Amino acid sequence: MNKNPTDKARREFLSGATLVLGGVGASFAAIPFLSAFKPSAKAKAIGAPVEANLNGIEPGQRIIVQWRGKPVWIVRRTTDQIDALASFDDKTLQDPESNASDQPDFAKNAWRSKDSEFLVLVGICTHLGCSPNFFPGMDNKAMGSDWKGGFYCPCHGSKFDLAGRVYAGVPAPSNMPVPPYKFLSEDKILIGELDGESA
Amino acid sequence: MVIRLLGFSLVLLGLSCYGATGGGLQLLDANIDLSKKTSLQRGAANFFNYCSGCHSLQYMRYNRIAEDLDLDESLVKANFMFVGDKIGNAVKVSMEPEDAKSWFGVQPPDLSVISRVRGADWLFSFLNGFYTESERPTGVNNLYFSQTSMPHVLWELEGYKKFINPSEDDQNSGIAFEIVVPGKLSQNEYQEFTRDIVSFLVYVGEPARLVRYKLGFWVIAFLFVLFIFAYLNKRAIWEDIK
Amino acid sequence: MNTIAKNLVGWIDQRFPLMSIWNEHIAQYYAPKNFNIWYYFGIFSMVMFVNQILTGIWLTMNYKPSAIEAFSSVEYIMRDVDWGWLIRYMHSTGASFFFIVIYLHMFRALMYGSYKKPRELIWILGMFLYLTLMAEAFFGYILPWGQMSYWGAQVIISLFGAIPFVGESLQTLIMGDYVVSDATLNRFFSLHVIALPFAIAGLVLLHILALHEVGSNNPDGVEIKNHKDSEGKPLDGIPFHPYYTSKDFVGIVVFLMIFAGVIFFAPEMGGYFLEHNNFIPANPMQTPEHIAPVWYFTPFYSILRANTVNFFWIPAKLWGVIFMGFAVMIFFLLPWLDRSPVRSMRYKGWMSRTALGIFVLSFLILGYLGALPPTPARTIVAQIFTVIYFLFFLLMPIYTSLDKNKKVPERITTNGH
Repeated sequence: MNKNPTDKARREFLSGATLVLGGVGASFAAIPFLSAFKPSAKAKAIGAPVEANLNGIEPGQRIIVQWRGKPVWIVRRTTDQIDALASFDDKTLQDPESNASDQPDFAKNAWRSKDSEFLVLVGICTHLGCSPNFFPGMDNKAMGSDWKGGFYCPCHGSKFDLAGRVYAGVPAPSNMPVPPYKFLSEDKILIGELDGESA
Repeated sequence: MVIRLLGFSLVLLGLSCYGATGGGLQLLDANIDLSKKTSLQRGAANFFNYCSGCHSLQYMRYNRIAEDLDLDESLVKANFMFVGDKIGNAVKVSMEPEDAKSWFGVQPPDLSVISRVRGADWLFSFLNGFYTESERPTGVNNLYFSQTSMPHVLWELEGYKKFINPSEDDQNSGIAFEIVVPGKLSQNEYQEFTRDIVSFLVYVGEPARLVRYKLGFWVIAFLFVLFIFAYLNKRAIWEDIK
Repeated sequence: MNTIAKNLVGWIDQRFPLMSIWNEHIAQYYAPKNFNIWYYFGIFSMVMFVNQILTGIWLTMNYKPSAIEAFSSVEYIMRDVDWGWLIRYMHSTGASFFFIVIYLHMFRALMYGSYKKPRELIWILGMFLYLTLMAEAFFGYILPWGQMSYWGAQVIISLFGAIPFVGESLQTLIMGDYVVSDATLNRFFSLHVIALPFAIAGLVLLHILALHEVGSNNPDGVEIKNHKDSEGKPLDGIPFHPYYTSKDFVGIVVFLMIFAGVIFFAPEMGGYFLEHNNFIPANPMQTPEHIAPVWYFTPFYSILRANTVNFFWIPAKLWGVIFMGFAVMIFFLLPWLDRSPVRSMRYKGWMSRTALGIFVLSFLILGYLGALPPTPARTIVAQIFTVIYFLFFLLMPIYTSLDKNKKVPERITTNGH
């Protein structure tokens, strides 16, 4: 059919261009459909930052608040517990310096918190999403000799210290995430928002 | 034959439509412009000053209003919201439904989609249609919504009007009001004031309206370019077909 | 084609009749070369079907089929879901557009005699599609749970109450309650999103298979299979691909421009596509002042209302239902009512042409009247056009036999363009 070579080239160009443009159009059309999967305004409103009071927590105790539907733990650590956090070595913990952790910048220290006394942690195991149990006792034979209090995940046996740092040799790949939060006053924090941010 | 039948049916159709046009009251032209952000902002302020005491917007979130109308969230928080309410919440009223019922006889309706039910012109006419009528419990009636249970909330601004019955032969153009108690605003200012509220309500009825037109233009423009290529492609392929 | 793709196709083809399906239905499906603008509406209905399925899937992700939550979940889609408004408008506008293209598609068949032998089955399958589509639209219309949804459903379901003896219990059975209620909404939702879409998809497949078995009709109404070249290919036919794929694509783009125009600039279409009163949540205690079905049902609604006389001991209500049912069902008989030896209107005589013209007119007028509240004058007009509507079908055997047809050419006359 196509005797003329320039004719053939023109046809190929036109059908190619039409196809490409059609593909571009289809990709544009896909945007609304993919975006519709994002959390809706309602989900965002429900997931808005939450306030938590710190004054009722005794040293060594933990409270749980809900933020974006997830459990957020607030642990008030005793002085002994805080001191113990600095004593871990590389062999016991996978990432003691929190180099590969999901956390705000201020948490890049041994106690992984703004105020060393209060630990704020998203209570979800980084392995497969279970919520670990709280074992505050610093001396627990069942947990091994290097145990200094922390969290134990019942699903697959991952262990975390009292700063949410993961022990070596367990299935969980990284430290537990610290959510963004800020102090509204001395004994009140807002979870879900950093200093200087207003959402 | 065909043409005669067609003419016949058109006459019949004309007959059947007769009677539909009479009787209805001509609405005022709201003449809103949603591209005017300032009008929407004023409308929002007016709504929260005068309407939101009784009327909720149960599908409209405060932060959406702030975002769409270019208002600062702190401003919205300070001026539109109750203390302790969250910015992501929808606009609710503080009034208990039971109280509302005993005060007004009916619960003031939610206004989220009222503009889609009634239309901008009706809302505008309604807000401009109050006139005094001493027999009514509220002291006013409304030309466009007879026996409405809503009092004339904006009377301080508009004042009170008396309805003068138009002459028989001049039903629509002859609607006449006479101001009996002057308000704070002139007639024009009051119309602007209510127009802003109506714009705001039209926006609230369908927030997507603010982006829909612009986006539609680009979609059609893109399709037009695609059409040119598709057409040239088709023509090239069909060249052989005799 | 590069070698990897070629090998892959070869691999599949040894295990699945890929190339033979491709050839039979696309690359070597020979269609008449003289399709005109009316032949776009089949592919447009496919586009609308895909549109409805896709947007429907996304709407179902956020919609809540319960009497308490349905209305607010639609507003949730319109406001809180990212781009939800667009997806919803594509669906609601899509419903109306689906019917527009289906009606034009059907008109094409009437005009060019596409229902005539040997294409009776295509026509019947198409009619089943139309019926299923009407049910699908009706079930979908109840879902926003506004005043029109509620009372529209009430009215349509009450039609079943007109059936003697079993009517009332049937009505209760359909609703699953004594009124249209949460149970009704829930089952209609199920039918709308699962049962009927499946049925439609299946019927579409059958419709196309039947079409490809006998081949497409064309504006001249002559069989292209009667004149073949030495290789057995129809002389007046061209392969569907690349000719009609490229042509249909142009048509689809133009169609999408119009579709987008409505979605973005007039999604309510002045209250015809989305009715004003449907933005009031359903209230079983109060009927809106004027209730009418969506525009695509109004011709039949008009016929329903036009029956105002009790007759032969049968109440007017039942007559209305019977006539409305007939008005739809009578289309099924079309292949046998038409006695003309000629397919296309191009070669039919003045009687057939006039009849079709008047029929279309009466369909439009009935549709227009059905959207308006009834007055005595309008009821009379509706009655007249109801009679005309039925006469088109009932007199068809007579006028098609008497008509003076023109001579049909041997081969198609117009060039492809």
